[in-house]
Amino acid sequence: MNDVSSSPATPAQGGAYRLDLPRFLAVLLGGALFGFGLAASTMIQPQVVLSFLRWQDFGLVLVMGGGVVLTALAYALLPRWRQAPLLGGNFERHASAWNRDTVIGSALFGIGWGLCGVCPGPAIAGLGAGSWDLLWALAGIFAGAWWQGRQASTN
Amino acid sequence: MGTLAAMMQWFPTGWAHYLVGGVFIGLGVAWLFLATGRVGGMSSVFSSTWSFVSQRSAFQQPRYLNSRAWRLVYALGLILGAAVWWLFFSPRQPMHTGLPVWQLLLGGLLVGYGARRGNGCTSGHGICGMGSFQLPSVGAVLVFMATAFATAQLVAAWLPAGVAR
Repeated sequence: MNDVSSSPATPAQGGAYRLDLPRFLAVLLGGALFGFGLAASTMIQPQVVLSFLRWQDFGLVLVMGGGVVLTALAYALLPRWRQAPLLGGNFERHASAWNRDTVIGSALFGIGWGLCGVCPGPAIAGLGAGSWDLLWALAGIFAGAWWQGRQASTN
Repeated sequence: MGTLAAMMQWFPTGWAHYLVGGVFIGLGVAWLFLATGRVGGMSSVFSSTWSFVSQRSAFQQPRYLNSRAWRLVYALGLILGAAVWWLFFSPRQPMHTGLPVWQLLLGGLLVGYGARRGNGCTSGHGICGMGSFQLPSVGAVLVFMATAFATAQLVAAWLPAGVAR
């Protein structure tokens, strides 16, 4: 898994993000913190998400609020404090766009989320807590991503 | 104290675990950014992983090819983190969604298609996009919240036996 390519770690300019051992471990830790948070907040349980969407329990607001505040602080402050990330390379900026695809895609995403209470992060993390039902949702998400890619390729 | 008691009705299962969970999610995204400089949304891994097996042009974009390795490791970390919670902080009972298979499959299909077409999900637009104050992400969140509320309320009204609780 490590050392995918020998090109420099500048994904914006092309070349894979070189995954040496320190980076492998750092990314794994980032994912683990995220997954622990999803599990601890019970977001890996679709029933909890659905009870939020039915306005019976507003816990998801606290989950998203806590996540957004910390993320906002990190994204705003870290590039001011440091020239580069701890393990080198560059701080990525991921600009989102507003267009027809954003609206249609987000609307369909919401319909699916409202139907099953599962979104991409919890679908993956739930497996760590032995929630095997989520494999169905995961299969659906993989199929949906393929469907979208297929459509985007032929256009 | 009256207002506080009234607010607690919004959180029938308690509020602290929600906030703790949200803080850990934020810590994960912040750590990934501090250590590697990457922006850690979750839905891209479903497209970037397809790039290993599909030669279609949409999957062979540099943004997927260049990030597919670390995104898979990130996903692996997600499973690991949830496993740590399950082993050490939960009653360690098997978890079931209580949802019928068709609902998980069809819901998942729309989630996967929609998140990729809209270029983000609850973490990509919700956490990372809003965390960097991007108006398109705020718009995306408003759109998917609206359709999710409507769908969940309609499903609860029409299929009360099909959903847990």
